[in-house]
Amino acid sequence: MSAVTESAAWRGSARVLGWLGISGRTLVIAVPMLWFLVFFLVPFFVLGRISLAEVIIARPPYTPLFERGPEGELEIIAGLQNYRFLFEDALYRNAYFSSIRIAVISTVFALLIGYPIAYYIARSPEPRRSILLLMVILPFWTSFLLRVYAWMGFLRREGVINNMLMSMGVIDTPLVMLQTDFAVLIGIVYTYLPFMILPLYANLTKLDDAHLEAAADLGASPMVTFFTVTLPLSMPGIIAGSMLVFIPAIGEYVIPALLGGPDTLMIGRVLWDEFFSSRDWPVASAVAIVMLVLVVAPIMWLQSIQNRRELD
Amino acid sequence: MQGRKAIPLTSAALALTALAGTATAQGVVNVFNWSDYITDEVLEQFTEKTGIRVVYDVYDSNDTLEARLLAGSSGFDVVVPTATFMQRQIAAGVYMPLNRDLLPNLVNMDEALMAAAATHDPGNEHAVIYMWGTTGIGYNIDMVAERLGEDFDVDTWAMVFDPEVAGKLADCGISWLDSPTDMFPAAMAWLGLDPQSTAAEDFEAAADLLLSVRDTVRYFHSSQYISDLANGEICVAVGWSGDVLQAAERAEEAGRGVNVWYAIPAEGAMQWFDMLAIPEDAPNPENAHAFINFIMEPEVSAAITNYVWFPNANRASWEFVDEEIFNDPAIFPTAEVAETLFTGVTYDSRTDRLVTRLWTRVRTGQ
Repeated sequence: MSAVTESAAWRGSARVLGWLGISGRTLVIAVPMLWFLVFFLVPFFVLGRISLAEVIIARPPYTPLFERGPEGELEIIAGLQNYRFLFEDALYRNAYFSSIRIAVISTVFALLIGYPIAYYIARSPEPRRSILLLMVILPFWTSFLLRVYAWMGFLRREGVINNMLMSMGVIDTPLVMLQTDFAVLIGIVYTYLPFMILPLYANLTKLDDAHLEAAADLGASPMVTFFTVTLPLSMPGIIAGSMLVFIPAIGEYVIPALLGGPDTLMIGRVLWDEFFSSRDWPVASAVAIVMLVLVVAPIMWLQSIQNRRELD
Repeated sequence: MQGRKAIPLTSAALALTALAGTATAQGVVNVFNWSDYITDEVLEQFTEKTGIRVVYDVYDSNDTLEARLLAGSSGFDVVVPTATFMQRQIAAGVYMPLNRDLLPNLVNMDEALMAAAATHDPGNEHAVIYMWGTTGIGYNIDMVAERLGEDFDVDTWAMVFDPEVAGKLADCGISWLDSPTDMFPAAMAWLGLDPQSTAAEDFEAAADLLLSVRDTVRYFHSSQYISDLANGEICVAVGWSGDVLQAAERAEEAGRGVNVWYAIPAEGAMQWFDMLAIPEDAPNPENAHAFINFIMEPEVSAAITNYVWFPNANRASWEFVDEEIFNDPAIFPTAEVAETLFTGVTYDSRTDRLVTRLWTRVRTGQ
């Protein structure tokens, strides 16, 4: 009986929505749209607004965009001077390039390491597959910060790796590994590797064995089969995984702060300095907006590649 | 202090959870202070005496505090900015003037020190001194003697700024504070320039000096040197007095033969003040005054100094400070040394930008 009342209630509310001109489809789309609006667009516009202002000693520390003139007329005092400033000082250009370089290198290494792992897991028989998958996810159960600290223990002068190499007689003096770009790359690849493996795994498990058999029947060697069948078919997984590694890596602050050296220049650190040390919220906002553009551009590009592939 | 360590006050947090139970109708006071900068007993005593519950939170840099205050509605009743930072925050209208009628213990404060702090807050209208200290050099006694000889006078900036001296020490590890507002004035003092200068060419000169010895620096950090000095991982650190002494104490406790001590360079070192102030939008301003007044009780100030090894500015408390701490010139500088100290200056936003930019160049070497 309750089922009858419930479905009646559903039908009733659906009718109400219908009168209001809201279809179920709109409702479903509304949730992600609202999410996008509240957590992306609104903060984005707030940042954009601050980036057009000037820094002053006040609370909050930036100028309003409009001011009442002597006759009560509105005067616009917004400007693009902060963006101009970013282009004039080589520091920001260097920091953006250096961030992109580190993000690209980490993404490539994550892919080179993650692909075989994902492939192996995807080709494993069932009970082992679940265990392997669990091993990829398990480190996530501990704090990310603790795991980065663990790397500090491995890489430091008196650390595990140096002590081991020295006791084996491979090296005489400890290698300097901590506080270098090398350590930052290790940290980023290690931290984001699961983000590469999981989408690749999801993609590779769907790979139909019939394709591989067909390729083999037609005389392709396993190598040729991999490069002409498996790899192209797993492209969506590669793109998804690469984006999940590249995007957070470009703005990464914690890993370079802990593992990087004083000369590791990344935009996350520059942003922190602008906001906290220079107390210049407008320039900090401009740096953030430019970074967002840098991140969004490759996403759109990859998205368009993917769309084109789907149309083909 | 311009930026300090981030050692969580776990014991204080535990004590406070216990305190939460005994809270009465007197309400709360929300205190935001530097990490590891108070003793738990003082907070317990305050609640016992007034019935006001203390909600205690910590930060590790002036920048963190300032960002929260400037955003507004921080929800804190008492905060502890360094005077140079506070001056700018006062200009931004962040703090309320103190009500002196609620602070009878002001009579306990040392006039000379309060006058020094008044350069940042005319008439001491907005704040009273919590603790103060100096920016100097922490060093490993044996490692430094081994490299420079027993007779070398360590109380000089040459330890870190003279390429020849620093070059000899580089192999055992030198660290600098990642704090341009400490490093530039120190470099200027060593160059014989006015450490309070805000002239662009003086900053350029200081930056050139810092860049010329940058290769001797193992890292730039404002708190890691505490444990590294104590472990013997580094041998020289530009650091804050109380923090270095804390490293010395830890090294002694570990008993592994590491001896650390603190030197105030004779060319001049920065003297800084951490101030108790009340944000303009504090939810419980009366409780805030009660808390500040309580801190100014002679026994309370003495108890804090005895625990954190930073000197206070509470003249009436000095008779209660442990003799070994009060007579230690590394903690309470002698009158002669005090002559050579200089206070920090608050930079305007153009100088701020120049300083941050030059510091990035020094830190990254580009």
